[in-house]
This record gives sequence, C-alpha cells and structure tokens, in this order.
Amino acid sequence: MSIGTILRPGLTLLLLALVLKPAWFAPVFAPLAPQGAPVIYERASLLSLSLSHLGLVAAATAAATLVSVTLAILVTRQAGAAFRPLSRTIANMGQTFPPVAVLALAVPALGFGAGPTLVALFLYGLLPIFENTVTALLTLPPATMEAARGIGLNRWQRLVRVELPLALPVMLTGIRLSAVIALGTATIGSTVAARTLGEVIIAGLLTNNTAYVLQGGLIVGLFAVLIYDALVQLEAYLARRTRG
Amino acid sequence: MIEIERITKTYGDVHAVDAVTMTAQTGTITVIVGTSGSGKTTLLRMINRLEEPTSGEVRIKGQSTLATEPHLLRRRIGYAIQGHGLFPHYTVARNIGAVPELLNWPKAKIRARVDELLNLFSMDPAEFRHRYPAELSGGQQQRVGVARALASRPDLMLMDEPFGALDPIIRARAQDDLRRIHKALGSTIMLVTHDMEEAIRLGDRVAVMDEGKLIQHGTPAEIIAQPANGFVADMVGDVERPLRLLSLIPLSDLVEDGAAPGDALPAEASLRDALAACLWTGRNAVPVEHDGAVVGRVTFDAIRARAQIHP
Repeated sequence: MSIGTILRPGLTLLLLALVLKPAWFAPVFAPLAPQGAPVIYERASLLSLSLSHLGLVAAATAAATLVSVTLAILVTRQAGAAFRPLSRTIANMGQTFPPVAVLALAVPALGFGAGPTLVALFLYGLLPIFENTVTALLTLPPATMEAARGIGLNRWQRLVRVELPLALPVMLTGIRLSAVIALGTATIGSTVAARTLGEVIIAGLLTNNTAYVLQGGLIVGLFAVLIYDALVQLEAYLARRTRG
Repeated sequence: MIEIERITKTYGDVHAVDAVTMTAQTGTITVIVGTSGSGKTTLLRMINRLEEPTSGEVRIKGQSTLATEPHLLRRRIGYAIQGHGLFPHYTVARNIGAVPELLNWPKAKIRARVDELLNLFSMDPAEFRHRYPAELSGGQQQRVGVARALASRPDLMLMDEPFGALDPIIRARAQDDLRRIHKALGSTIMLVTHDMEEAIRLGDRVAVMDEGKLIQHGTPAEIIAQPANGFVADMVGDVERPLRLLSLIPLSDLVEDGAAPGDALPAEASLRDALAACLWTGRNAVPVEHDGAVVGRVTFDAIRARAQIHP
C-alpha cells in the first residue's frame, strides 16, 4: 500500500472539515489569535469563498487552455510555423508580468471585483499550457504520423484522431501547472475585491491575526495539493494508454 | 496493373528519382532494392503521393493517381512501414479497422474483417483484439501493421522496409508470412528494401535502383545471372551468386527416381537447402518428399550441374 492511499483520503477529509465545519478547529487556532480577537473567520462562509475561488481558477484555466491549445495547434501546422517564435514571445510576456501589476493595470479598465483577477490568472496561465502543447505536438512518434498520412487520414482527422490524443498527457501537465499557479495567485485577487480565499488571509494580515492567515493558507494549500495529485493520476492513466 | 511513367523528383539540383519507368503486373510482388539514398523510398512514396512527383505520372488500373485527392487515393492503397507506425492509443482491432472505418464500412463488416486478418496472421482474435500495441511483441506489432495495410482489400500495397526493425529469425518468419498471404489474397505488392537477400526471397520481379535511376528490372534469376552492371553485381555479391541462384529453384525441378539415405526434404525446399544438407551430412543425394510421401531424390551432381547453367 502506497503512502498516497492513506494520505489522499486523509487530506480530503481535513480539507472538507476546514471548509464546512471551521468551528471544530477553534481550539487548534486559538493560541495563534491575538487576545480577545475572533479565532475563526466568520465574515463570509468559507464554503462560498472556496467555491468562488475555484470558480475563478477554473474559468481562467479553461480560457487559457482554449487560447493556448488553439494557438499551439496553429503554430505547429506547416503554414503557421513562421509565427512560432512570435507566439512564444507573447506567451512569455504573459508569464513575466507580475500578477499584481496586471491587477493594478486592469482595475482602471475593468473596475474592482473578479474581472481583473480573471485577466491576471488567464495571462499567467497561458505559457505552461502553450509550451507543453507545442512540445507535445512537435515530438509525436514519426512512424505513427507517417502511417496516419499514409493510410489516408486528412489533416483534420490526423489532428483530432491522432495528434491531440497522443499529445494529451503532456498537454495536461501544462494545464496542471497553470491550475496550481492560478490557485495560489488567485488569493491576491482579494486585494481588488474578488471573492477568493485570499480574503481570509488578507483579513488576518490586516488585523495581525495569524489564525486567519493560517486558516486561509491551509485551505488554499490543500486544494492545490489535492488538485495537483488528481491531475497527476489522470495524466498517468492517459500516458499508460498512449505509450507506444 | 501499376504503370510508372518517367517519374521524377528533384530537390533543388538533386535528382532523387530520375525518370523511372516501370510496370508491375496485378498480383505480383515487385521489390525495389537499393542502397540508402538511391531514391527507392522516394519512388515508393510518390506512388501514394506522400511525395508529389516533380514530373511524370503513375497509373493504377489505367487511372492516373493525379486524378484523385491524395488522402482519398491513399485509402485505396495499403501502406506498411518500418517500425509499424501503429496508433498507440487504439486497440489492435481499431488499428486494423482504421481504413475500413474511414471508408464507412458497417461495424459488423469491419469486425468480421479484423477477425479474418488476425486469423490469417495466426493471432487469436479473442486474445489480441482488445490489446494495445504496447502490449504486443515486435513481431506481432509488425503483423498488425501489415494487417492494417491489407484491411480494406486495397488494389495495391506499398511496403517500406516493413521488416527492417525485426531480428533475423522473426524477419524470416514475417517474409514467409508475406509470401503465404500474398498467395492467399493475390494482392499486388511493391516493397522497398536495402537487402538483396530479401529482394530475391520475396520478389516476383526485382528492381535495382542507384542514384535515382532504375538500373535493372527483371526476375530474381535474371538479376543474379545477368547483372546489368558492376553495381548490381556488387549488390548480389560475387561469392554468393551461385547459392542465391540455387535458392530460387525448388527441389521439384530436379527430382529424379531413386533412393537416398537420411532425412527427406519437402519438394518446395530450394536446391540451396538440399546442397546444405548434402554438405553437412556428407551425402551424395537427399530424398524428396511431397505430402509426406517420398517421391524421389535430388543428387549432389545434379545440383552442381544446375548451378552451371545460367538462365
């Protein structure tokens, strides 16, 4: 029995308890809260904050996946090869921009709330997915690609039936990296009033309440670890299917 | 009938294939043999338009290949390559059924065809149908690759070094399988190899290519006995010429009445096998059997006499 079989359900239960029954943990966090201050964050339900946080991450990652994969497909076609360096530069720029700077720049245009956070997460998520998809599409087994042409698949059929399914495990690795980065980065969104778990952490920082900081940090961390693990499992399963 | 007419492929100033003209009769195996860089693979790939010819044309059953969309043309032409090129994410059954699926065959017909082909290649359908390529041995992967090329009963099958990645013992079995299947199905096959031994073993006709040009095109016996130039002679190998010639002649050609000691050889075996048996066991003749009954013998002297007559 591997360590994962015990750890995985254990961490999942811990996460559920932290989100659904935060009051249970009052004795644990009590020593960390300042004298007389509340121990458990109660200004909003942790469940609704979690759902809103995950929703933002999912929307941004989905959008980043759609754009990156489309772009990667285009630049790996013969006609699009010339644009590969340019598209790499653009995706790299998205990565080098600090998310806080994106938030600051986006607020005047999009106002406070979820909008600027979505933009920042989206830009930040492009590069890993794009790079991985391009690499996967350019390193497909040559004999399989030759056979796919040779038996009479047209371009579209080759893409949909052979190239994308074979590239999927490596693509998923990129999506996983993006999702996990976004999970952490989304907490900063609360500085511009997006509803995320960052709210708990920031409230803790403002009032010097370590109990809040720890509570918010722990939930985000557990989400990240468990989602990362789930995607690793999925990749391993797909990779077993497609290794030639 | 496959007619190749003055087909040429140039890359810049280099003639990869230089005005090659040749004809392959329906139901025969033509083996194109040459060293690497001789243009043999380019020639093959121009037949199903994986490479577009610079000039010249190919006609299959009188119809120019330029008249059909390339991907539709390729669905009518079987294609098997070195390293099999199976789809790793498809089961054996889906791999073999890939072309019939493209041609919109009904599901039941595809399933029946897949089972028929697996049986033909001595692979039990119940055992192999649902496996993935990664779960097969190299020889099995290669057989599935050839089965995929045959699935839609194509007019023509192209094979590019199909046995190149196999070890010698499995390669010999795969070659025997191909001959047997060719006999059973009567398909027209064009096969590319760098191995003259394989060419002589498999080909009804052998085409020798060098530097993009077709040097000689004839039966294996002609290629061995009357090489057109030094290059062809080198490919055949001077030392091995008599043995290669003998390997083409079945024992049934020289069988005579009489008895001989030792184990019998089947009538389909070649004179080379009989010569080896004579030398190895110190006999002057070997018995020949057909359907389990001894029908006569082949003598060492007769083999020696036959080796001196060049057709």
